[in-house]
Amino acid sequence: MRLPELVAAAPFVAASLRFSVPYVLAALGGTFSERAGVVNLALEGLLLGGAFAATLGAWFADRAWAGVLAGGLSGMLLMALYALFVLRLGADQIVTGVALNLFVDGLSRFFLKSVFDSSANSPRIDAWGTTTGSLADTVKEPLVLGTIVLVALGVVVMNRMRFGLRIRAVGDVPAAAASLGVSPLRVRAGALLVCGVVVGLGGAWLAADQRQFVAGMSRGRGYIALAAMIFGGWRPLWGVAAALFFGVAATVQNTMQAHGTVVPDWAVQMMPYVLTLIALLVAGRRNRAPTALGRPWSSGQ
Amino acid sequence: MSADALDVRAVSKRYGDCIANRDVSFSAARGELHAIVGENGAGKSTLMHLLYGTEPADSGEVRLFGTLRRGRSATEQVAASIAAGLGMVHQHFMLVPSLTVVENVVLGREPVTAGLLSLDTAIADLQKLGARYGLDVDPLAEVSTLSVGEAQRVEILKVLWRGAEILILDEPTQILTPTEVEALFAILRELAAAGKTVILVTHKLDEVMALCQKVTVMRAGEVVATHLVAETTPKQLAAEMVGEGNVVEVTRTHGELGEPRLELDKIVVRRQAGIAVDGVSLTVRAGEIVGVAGVQGNGQTELVLAVAGLLDLSSGKIRLSQRDISRASSGKRRALGLHHVAEDRHQRGLVLDFTVEENLMLGRTATYSRWLGLDLDRVRLRIDCEEVIRHFDVRPPRPELSARSLSGGNQQKVLVGRELLDSPQALLCAQPTRGVDLGAAARIRAAIAAAADAGCAVLLVSTELEELEALCDRVVVMRRGRLVGELTPKTLQPGTLRQRLGALMAGAS
Amino acid sequence: MKLVAVVVVAAPLLFAFGRRLYRERRGGPLLAQVWVALSATLLSLLVGSMLILAVGSSPLEVYRLLLAGTWGNLHGISQVFFKATPLALAGLSFTIAFRAGLFNIGIEGQLTLGAFAMALTGAYVRGPSWLVVPLCLVAGAVAGAVPAALAGLFKATRGAHEVITTMMLNFVVRAAMVGVGPLVFVRESTHTVPILAAAELPRLSLYFPSLHGSALNAGLLIAVVAALLVGWLLWRTPLGFSLRAVGLGADAAEASGVRTGRAIITAMALSGAMAGLVGASFVLGYKRYYEDGFSGGVGFMGIAVAVLGGARPVGVLVAALALGTLSEGGLCINSVVPKEIVDVLQATVIFAAVAMTPLSRRLFRLAEAT
Repeated sequence: MRLPELVAAAPFVAASLRFSVPYVLAALGGTFSERAGVVNLALEGLLLGGAFAATLGAWFADRAWAGVLAGGLSGMLLMALYALFVLRLGADQIVTGVALNLFVDGLSRFFLKSVFDSSANSPRIDAWGTTTGSLADTVKEPLVLGTIVLVALGVVVMNRMRFGLRIRAVGDVPAAAASLGVSPLRVRAGALLVCGVVVGLGGAWLAADQRQFVAGMSRGRGYIALAAMIFGGWRPLWGVAAALFFGVAATVQNTMQAHGTVVPDWAVQMMPYVLTLIALLVAGRRNRAPTALGRPWSSGQ
Repeated sequence: MSADALDVRAVSKRYGDCIANRDVSFSAARGELHAIVGENGAGKSTLMHLLYGTEPADSGEVRLFGTLRRGRSATEQVAASIAAGLGMVHQHFMLVPSLTVVENVVLGREPVTAGLLSLDTAIADLQKLGARYGLDVDPLAEVSTLSVGEAQRVEILKVLWRGAEILILDEPTQILTPTEVEALFAILRELAAAGKTVILVTHKLDEVMALCQKVTVMRAGEVVATHLVAETTPKQLAAEMVGEGNVVEVTRTHGELGEPRLELDKIVVRRQAGIAVDGVSLTVRAGEIVGVAGVQGNGQTELVLAVAGLLDLSSGKIRLSQRDISRASSGKRRALGLHHVAEDRHQRGLVLDFTVEENLMLGRTATYSRWLGLDLDRVRLRIDCEEVIRHFDVRPPRPELSARSLSGGNQQKVLVGRELLDSPQALLCAQPTRGVDLGAAARIRAAIAAAADAGCAVLLVSTELEELEALCDRVVVMRRGRLVGELTPKTLQPGTLRQRLGALMAGAS
Repeated sequence: MKLVAVVVVAAPLLFAFGRRLYRERRGGPLLAQVWVALSATLLSLLVGSMLILAVGSSPLEVYRLLLAGTWGNLHGISQVFFKATPLALAGLSFTIAFRAGLFNIGIEGQLTLGAFAMALTGAYVRGPSWLVVPLCLVAGAVAGAVPAALAGLFKATRGAHEVITTMMLNFVVRAAMVGVGPLVFVRESTHTVPILAAAELPRLSLYFPSLHGSALNAGLLIAVVAALLVGWLLWRTPLGFSLRAVGLGADAAEASGVRTGRAIITAMALSGAMAGLVGASFVLGYKRYYEDGFSGGVGFMGIAVAVLGGARPVGVLVAALALGTLSEGGLCINSVVPKEIVDVLQATVIFAAVAMTPLSRRLFRLAEAT
């Protein structure tokens, strides 16, 4: 089968949906964090951590929903840790974010070894069930549906709810919010926790979709989601759209590798990352970034 | 006493070694227009923060309508103030540009129905308030699109919507044109007539005399006196504000003016918001100090940046000693002798996390570079640094301290000192004594005068009219990007400069 | 005899260090940094202990094993230094960029390209040692500088954040190696042709017979010299001054005439060049060829080294030794606890250091610039 025919087929659309979920949820979660003014490079770690926690949850409880719960919870805990360092202790946001990614990677490898006795991957987790991969089945999958719901919720919260208004205010001019009795630190902490849950769920999906945990399985998706968020101008819907685009690109890559094409393997492997680079170049200067992004806030300013 | 709306008793605050407020007390009744006056650094801003609650006082109490205002954290104090009817209109607007007017107003007390924001009632309220007090502003407009005067009205609406009965305005007229000032006064009079208390923090005495009923004078962190405006004069107030006559005095040996050193030829600078500098032509001769007056926001900032090489010219030419530098980089201009004392010393002037010594090297590494750029002569740098510290009396006098640890005045001394090293051919000064204590200001002005006397051509942009009067040979006025008039202080009676400049700034010719 | 030589070199350094510390006893950047390093180390040991307990082993036993295997014998010590060499270079690489306000997390990809270039140059270029070895190093530096400079270019011209671009380039390099590798690798292997004898970095066991069997080689000297050079560059040259100005106050630097765009590209290029040299001790001194996956994540560990070392060359060297101990120690304790614990500890160290730094500023009333 040639590529155009592959792409038009229903299985491809189904696969695109599946592939896009982690990108979309990471971009959505990241938007909340960054719109409130906190740089969040830890999306990668949140995805990985969510995947591992979900694997553990599904393994020990032998239930899929336990895994999902664990995934979301792990994201929340990781972001609580991040909030502690970055909001309370005033640590550098970029280094802490990267450190969190390394931490999660190390921790997951450590427990992968001690629990599953492998340096590479966990066994297949049956609790995740099986799926046909057809479009009809995919759309009915709880996390795919959940993603659509979360995206819709995210847009509504950001634009039409109090929490979202405060996030937008705090990310631009935190002093204005503070002068009106709104605590920028509290709002930012809340945004980080929301981000954690959402992205953690994205990670849980990663593990669920592949039915197992593989060391380092996030493979840069977190960073790509960041690029999607930037490309989307820090607006939830646009960020999600960009993430969807990257998800489709990843699906194309995967399809090409699976079916074999004229394009050499290494070029195919490179695709998502090169695409991200191009997207970043096109997006240009971050002049639609929230004004207070990356600037720590302390009361008395 | 209990009829007072606002009652401040013995409030004190110190920041490290500096006593910002010492034992400050005053009170204001309902429907009263009360001014707090004082020079820069007198402690007015600190007092406002203590009143509002954004900073905790070390001692003393604030009573609002008879009840003591308390809170464990700044956020709590502010919330308590707002609840008691106190509203603060900040000098530097606390508005979020990307949000609409109504969103900015309701922030922190958002009306919510079934989880979603319901702003219709708020919008109606704003329209009513606007009509009542003359605060016309479109509630659905995005704040970034508003003019300065309109933005200020949003700030006032913010506090009124929260039921403020006591309004504090911090230097509200600093950035307004005289017409906008009149409009503001009308609004404030309406508010007072409606029984609200208005506290006006300012250093502009003519406004106090025109608008207020009572005035409290502050100096060096203390209350000097409280008067009924009807029973005092600007002269008395000025004397109390300044203490032992501190008129700006600078001695200049006016020598022969030299050849045209800095020539600006029909300069046009475009920005996203429009044309900032619209065909400005000006010549500064060697040994001359030319001042640029005007309300902030009329293009002075852009003019200086463009001449310094930090903003691109859309058209026009800049010449330094007859040499066209219109396309030269800022580094090149500096190398040719055009130095720049930046308006924003924290962002553009100094690297706060560098030591004083290292800051002195900014833009001047060529002076200390040796061995083909492989080494820096730090010994010589240390000597130069100590010279600047000595000449300007920088405190604490330690070259290895970070610039961040210095006070504003001392930072500015370092900045000016650096730019005056290497005997510049021409000097651009933007607000050189802003936010600087009196002693430092005096030294800086003396240094600028000395530079001019030694042959430097100085372009001085300042909002301090007294400073312009004392230092400049000529003063031009900038309005809406154009030069609208030129005055020579020497030929005028002392004090009339202010009136003439004010007229020019407002648009009368 | 050699021991005396080492002591003679170390003593004055320790003395200067101690004297500086004493002078700063009421507050100062060195004191703050030492405090950060110590507290970070303690915190990491704490976290490590918890993990060890979780796996059912005794922390004391594990740490004893670790120390014995590393500093307890000559072979262990030499291995620590061997592991520390690439760590130091990676740390220096991150430091250069960091001082210019940039975060180069693409060191992993840059060192891969650099090592590859060094191996190929060493394998195919003929000539005397004094010519070929520097040539290899130059090749490595250039190869490492290219992707980094590219990221710098993207940032300077389009404002693309270097964290994402360098990370993407890591993956791009990885994919590229998948394509290029088979072209030059020895058949049925994942490594290149061995380098010619002239390109080798001599093992230190040649000069110190007691180090027989150790991988430690002249690459160590490269790391030390690099540290000196970086220190000199940043604090004693006009270029270094400009880079630091851009890092601490880009607007002021711009206003003073520094071309920030050029500075960013230069800083990234220099950082990448340093990264390109990371593999020298392995490729030119130990295995004598490039091998897929040889670095084992050194590029990321370099971040920990830099943060722990306070982004100062001497600190980086010390931190490299500390993390090298950890790295080597991981192998020693593998029987009792998964060696992956080292990865966790490395990240914990960064966390702790990053958290402690603002605290230390407050504690030590840093009026001095760091």
